[in-house]
Amino acid sequence: MNRTEAVLQDVVIKFAGDSGDGMQLTGQQFTNNTALMGIDLATFPDFPAEIRAPQGTLPGVSGFQLHFSSDRIYTPGDLCDVLVAMNAAALKVNLKALKHGGKIIANVEGFDTKNLRLANYAEGVNPLEDGSLEGYELIKVDVTKLTREALKEFPELGMKEKDRAKNMFVLGFLYWMYNRSLENTISFLNEKFGKKEVILNSNIKVLQAGYNYGDTTETFTTRYRVEKAKLPAGRYRNIMGNQSLALGLIAAADKSGLPLFLGTYPITPASDILHELSKHKSFNIRTFQAEDEIAGITSAIGASYGGSLGVTTTSGPGMALKAEAMGLAVMLEIPLVIVNVQRGGPSTGLPTKTEQSDLLQAYYGRNGECPMPVISASTPSDCFAAAYEAVRIAVQHMTPVILLSDGYIANGAEPWKFPVAEDLDPIAVSFKTQLGFDEHKFMPYLRDEKLVRPWAVPGTPGLEHRIGGIEKQNITGNVSYDPENHQLMVKIRQEKVDKVADYIPDQQLDSGPAKGKVLVLGWGSTYGAIKSAVLELQAHGHAVSHAHLRYLRPFPKNLGDILRNFEHILIPELNNGQLIKIIRDQFLVDAKGYHKIMGVPITKTELVEVIKKLV
Amino acid sequence: MSTTTATHPQTLTAKDFATDQEVRWCPGCGDYSILAQVQKVMPGIGVPKENIVFISGIGCSSRFPYYMNTYGMHSIHGRATAIASGLKAARPELSVWIVTGDGDSLSIGGNHTIHLLRRNFDVNVLLFNNQIYGLTKGQYSPTSEQQKVTKSTPYGSIDHPFNPLALAMGADATFIARSMDRDPKHLQEMLTRSHQHRGASFLEIYQNCNIFNDGAFEVFTDKSSKAEETVFLEQGKPLVFSNQQKGLRFDGLKPVVVNLADGYSADDLWIHDEQDFYKAQILIRMFDDARVEGHFPRPFGVFYETARACYEDALRLQIEETIAVKGKGNLDKLLRGNEVWEIA
Repeated sequence: MNRTEAVLQDVVIKFAGDSGDGMQLTGQQFTNNTALMGIDLATFPDFPAEIRAPQGTLPGVSGFQLHFSSDRIYTPGDLCDVLVAMNAAALKVNLKALKHGGKIIANVEGFDTKNLRLANYAEGVNPLEDGSLEGYELIKVDVTKLTREALKEFPELGMKEKDRAKNMFVLGFLYWMYNRSLENTISFLNEKFGKKEVILNSNIKVLQAGYNYGDTTETFTTRYRVEKAKLPAGRYRNIMGNQSLALGLIAAADKSGLPLFLGTYPITPASDILHELSKHKSFNIRTFQAEDEIAGITSAIGASYGGSLGVTTTSGPGMALKAEAMGLAVMLEIPLVIVNVQRGGPSTGLPTKTEQSDLLQAYYGRNGECPMPVISASTPSDCFAAAYEAVRIAVQHMTPVILLSDGYIANGAEPWKFPVAEDLDPIAVSFKTQLGFDEHKFMPYLRDEKLVRPWAVPGTPGLEHRIGGIEKQNITGNVSYDPENHQLMVKIRQEKVDKVADYIPDQQLDSGPAKGKVLVLGWGSTYGAIKSAVLELQAHGHAVSHAHLRYLRPFPKNLGDILRNFEHILIPELNNGQLIKIIRDQFLVDAKGYHKIMGVPITKTELVEVIKKLV
Repeated sequence: MSTTTATHPQTLTAKDFATDQEVRWCPGCGDYSILAQVQKVMPGIGVPKENIVFISGIGCSSRFPYYMNTYGMHSIHGRATAIASGLKAARPELSVWIVTGDGDSLSIGGNHTIHLLRRNFDVNVLLFNNQIYGLTKGQYSPTSEQQKVTKSTPYGSIDHPFNPLALAMGADATFIARSMDRDPKHLQEMLTRSHQHRGASFLEIYQNCNIFNDGAFEVFTDKSSKAEETVFLEQGKPLVFSNQQKGLRFDGLKPVVVNLADGYSADDLWIHDEQDFYKAQILIRMFDDARVEGHFPRPFGVFYETARACYEDALRLQIEETIAVKGKGNLDKLLRGNEVWEIA
């Protein structure tokens, strides 16, 4: 039969189903496959907080959005071209995000009476049958039946086990539709189920059945192809934010020669950093799953005190619990990296949804005058560089550093032009090993030109000393309640953090003219949306510029100059206005905010509209 | 706990372990005696001074590190155990001592205490128990007896107190002992034993707070009552007290006090065995109120000791084994991952 092949530039697919349907895995497999083709991509997993929310219900829908393109892209896409709906609830939740005329691949069995009722469709209403989806291209596939059919020769599998493979059918079908090879998924299945032959073979069988279904069923006449993206030359891999953050920590430990110690307590969406680091023991990494958040950070403080690179990872509620210990690290003036993968708050908030609402907490959320450097990561692959930089600042400035990521980039994926170890800047660390020729007694709070005190670790003869959380006398480190001394020490600790600005690069514009009407200033995970929106407006001839901050405390020294070059400053954030408060406070500029607090990222489309009002 | 022996034995004295800092406990505080005994014991434990670390939390006792000329950290309330866990995991060769109080380790830091014990880090916990909050000026603590009238309990405390050693036993501590500030020799012996034990040593030290809870342990420390109210545990020896006139024996599973004058000989008595897990539980439960008629004497000494792998050793072993099998981590291999594509 005649088949046509269409070349597309840009596709957004959303895989949606019940949280037990394996949509995250399906999405990730399609993502890896896409990455290996050299196509640019960005992903957005969106899942419920419950591991198995009530089956078939609206809150139980788990989604995975993948945007891939032969062009450069920076977001997972605003609207979808294709929606895979494994059940009625998945359709109901996601239909509003589907483009007019988009494809719906619906699993027919997921639209039976029970599923329709659970998805709150009115009695007797089935959207697959009532013509309400007329504006879309509806592809009905009886995935369950076809999966069972494919597994006829597996009598040892029960019905439930057979049905569990139905996501492979969908994946195989999409591989056919987008002209892909099954190879990488087959080798993934081999790795995952290598020892369980029946499970392995049944999954491969269903994957192939899905592919063949597309190939042999005459209804599908068009296959699509997305060409390689024009990314800068080099070697790439696909990477998720938490994974890239973990690799950044490992690389920094390696390059600084410090053994890495992670003290942490499991919390969504940060736990994957623990999972990743605990795999790499051959890098002399000690991971310690502590009894609580407080033990997570304090064990890391203990390890740092002993000369390791102490790291703790968490999310908002954990940050709150760690606050007192952060104060201790500020007083002790020892290196420590505190990673906050932010999620919706306050309290338990929206554990699996994204938000940037812990910036003020990172800035101010401790008792006393307690300054710490704060830096942020802006994309999944950028988590690597941000983690590397957090370590550098911590060990070279003897200070705890907060690194802010969030759920969106932590779980999102993109191609990463990974570095070669040799090209990474070395991180010089110096321990004090003995008294200087003119020293009679070790002075733990004697500072260098950066106002940094020496790192003298237990086991070093002649440097025995005591430190603690009580205010200390300048230079000697002895306990001191002297009023002048306290004021002096508070000022010194602040100045020490301020001085970090002398050792970070100047702020650059990401795009746009250096002077003009509108500057969009962002931080963290809004990078992709702001970049896409600004590039689109620039393409339409608007004078809009974009600056994105890595360094939030202290700011780069030239930030004030940049801000003064623009008539309007717009600060979009996934919170109720936090960076904007700090910018107004420090620079006295009349910045405007755009605040989205819905647990989901800002879209390019909405941002374009907001910026347009200023140009 | 036990740690590496010095390769170049230092001939140090207690004085070498004192700092130039003025000791600021109230005059008459039991902490002075404990500090003196620790300083006396240190030169003999065979660990170079620079390899010794004292870590404390918050409370009167937690000032301790400032007075020890070793490495030290005066940290935050309740967290000394967790900080010590991280330090020991990172630096197993160090001799790590945790100085804590009843509020610090059993109230605000209770969680870390039990987890340190079950993990069995090779560290020493010195719990200064004075049954009161001293630094905050006299509120009842988790070890204060019921009905205690304090600043925060003018009508008497209604809290049931902890039995610290029972808590340690419940957390599967591998070394459990009790001593007191006013018995320097015994305290020195217990400190040495704590150091020698490989694993987490839990040493409860009865410590008199002469300002807010004076005399809390007087029946155990005062000459007039000590013989009658205490029983000192010695390995392989019968449990006798009251100047050898009384002893403890078993009536089935129940301990009973007997008069040796009534015809009981040492052979009839309970012979102390530190390795006996079941007897240790009974001994630890001899914890009743000294004011109640027919109560048992309070035991002092090593209740229980057993050998179990230490967390930091197992942690290091996993790393060594992984490196032995896979080789040292290669950063380039890690950064590259499994699936790479090239764009020309």
